[in-house]
Amino acid sequence: MLKDKDRIFKNLYGTLGAGLKDAQKRGDWDDTKKYVTKGSSWIIEEIKKSGLRGRGGAGFPTATKWGFVPKPTKEKPAYLVVNADESEPGTCKDRDILRHEPHKVLEGSVITASVIGARVAYIYIRGEYFHEANCLQSAIDEAYDAGLLGKNTKTGWDMDIYIHRGAGAYICGEETALLESLEGYKGMPRLKPPFPAVVGLYGCPTLVNNVETLSVVPSILRRGADWHRSIGTEQSAGPKIFCISGHVNTPCNVEESFGISIKEMIEKHAGGVRGGWDNLLAIIPGGSTTPVIPKNICDKITLDYESLMKAQSGLGTGAIIVIDKSADILKVITRIAKFYMHESCGQCTPCREGTGWMWRVLQRMCVGNATVPEIDELWEVTKQIEGHTICAFGDAAAWPIQGLIRHFRPEIEKRIKKYNAIATA
Amino acid sequence: MTQSSKYNSVQRKKFYFSQPLMDKAKKIIAQYPEGRERSAILPLLEMAQRHNGGWLSPDALEYVGDMLSLPITRVWEIATFYTMFNTQPVGKFHIQVCGTPPCYLCGSKEVKRACQKWLGIKVGETTDDKMFTLTEVECLGACANAPVVQINDDYFEDLNAESIEKILQDLADGKKIESGSMTGRTGSAPLNTKIRKKDA
Repeated sequence: MLKDKDRIFKNLYGTLGAGLKDAQKRGDWDDTKKYVTKGSSWIIEEIKKSGLRGRGGAGFPTATKWGFVPKPTKEKPAYLVVNADESEPGTCKDRDILRHEPHKVLEGSVITASVIGARVAYIYIRGEYFHEANCLQSAIDEAYDAGLLGKNTKTGWDMDIYIHRGAGAYICGEETALLESLEGYKGMPRLKPPFPAVVGLYGCPTLVNNVETLSVVPSILRRGADWHRSIGTEQSAGPKIFCISGHVNTPCNVEESFGISIKEMIEKHAGGVRGGWDNLLAIIPGGSTTPVIPKNICDKITLDYESLMKAQSGLGTGAIIVIDKSADILKVITRIAKFYMHESCGQCTPCREGTGWMWRVLQRMCVGNATVPEIDELWEVTKQIEGHTICAFGDAAAWPIQGLIRHFRPEIEKRIKKYNAIATA
Repeated sequence: MTQSSKYNSVQRKKFYFSQPLMDKAKKIIAQYPEGRERSAILPLLEMAQRHNGGWLSPDALEYVGDMLSLPITRVWEIATFYTMFNTQPVGKFHIQVCGTPPCYLCGSKEVKRACQKWLGIKVGETTDDKMFTLTEVECLGACANAPVVQINDDYFEDLNAESIEKILQDLADGKKIESGSMTGRTGSAPLNTKIRKKDA
């Protein structure tokens, strides 16, 4: 379990004040200049040593991503874009950072901008987060007034930070769709390569990082890469905010180290599964995208990238959705399929048509009005969508259904048999 | 544009930004590099909707398009792609019930049913007195406080059928109501836990 002193987000629940003075009491903005003046190669090296991986879902090594951004020129300045378009079902960590620890986001942005040489950063925050955007804006105003942002700053890096509010589109969390949206177009992902690091916002070098990733950067530099490395596991270093929702006694957000067992996590922090651990049916471990894992796997599994990958699921955003035996797993996955149908941007045919097709078939399977070979057909269609679209949305829509068929095929078959028995009787 | 002719009669006077709004709009446009004014379309449409009774009428769309030198089709394209823009009039209170899995597991169906029953309308409809519009939306990103309902700008969390009915009643009575958790939780902290308070 994570020790109290190792916690990065001390004000996760908003009890200690989000303003500049309170944030400074917690150590934010403390001698930021020292780290900025050490130079970008030192910072990248530290972050590389710390083993920090992107907290937005894909888990890509942060230092490597920073290294991709070429040196800015006069014609092509570099941009930093902060991805605060948190929309993955189950995930609500960035919301707490934005409203309770906004200065961590800003300080992390300044340090990161100095690494890639960006003088402007845009924070793309989802439109529904109206109050969160206001909290962030007041933090930005405070930082300007205190000489931490703008010109001739105390941080040694002059830059501007602007908030750009989205308007309700899940796909804008995908980095190239986010850039399209920021440029004033529909949020439709771009074909890669070229990657945004080279050709990003307005055709310029752009770094897109998640809110949580940037927020932990100052703490890592202050406490040292070795401190961060010492927490968690070999490939998943550090503490992370996990969101526990669904059928638990006390759902919550909590900062915890990687490598903790899923059972301990739920029992220590979320008051256990409703009706006890034996009442558990399955868990979606990392936001609705990641395939569901049944209880027998949950009994032993730990929360880190490597072991969840081995279980054919993923850590995703660290959003644990707990499903107990009172729920109908087919209906839950069907609702997820509906979500993906609703949010598909409609650019690629496999995804646009496939997500609706899968939802309609699943709806029939919920009542059993299907045939057993149709389960294989559904599986085949998920495989046809996966990897055949411009962005990872197609994969995201396919994986939950693959997880359902992988672990709950007998349940689907049982329902089909029951329905057909009644129909033919 | 059939919608345009349909709603022109609804609109009493042509839409425009008042001077303070215009200043704000210019400030927003200045956030983006020269020649990239188009970037401001989302914030400007949001502002237009906010000051146009919660929806984007055809003349409001046209107005924003003119400001950014964009053809009207481009503006329509944006307004219909993003779910937060309403191209049809909505009630004074836009009740948006989240129905995505975490909320679904925690009883969003009951909340939705309670709304439908209390308001006497189905999802996607507006009450006759133009006070309430009911919509089902996808994940609102407050899953640890499920089920969640967004009413205009505010999140109402940890709901059940009873508490949402009370909220609707209070709104109808014109009472001021507090948003946030309905079970008295502090942010996303677990219920009934001791939390270190400021300067304690």
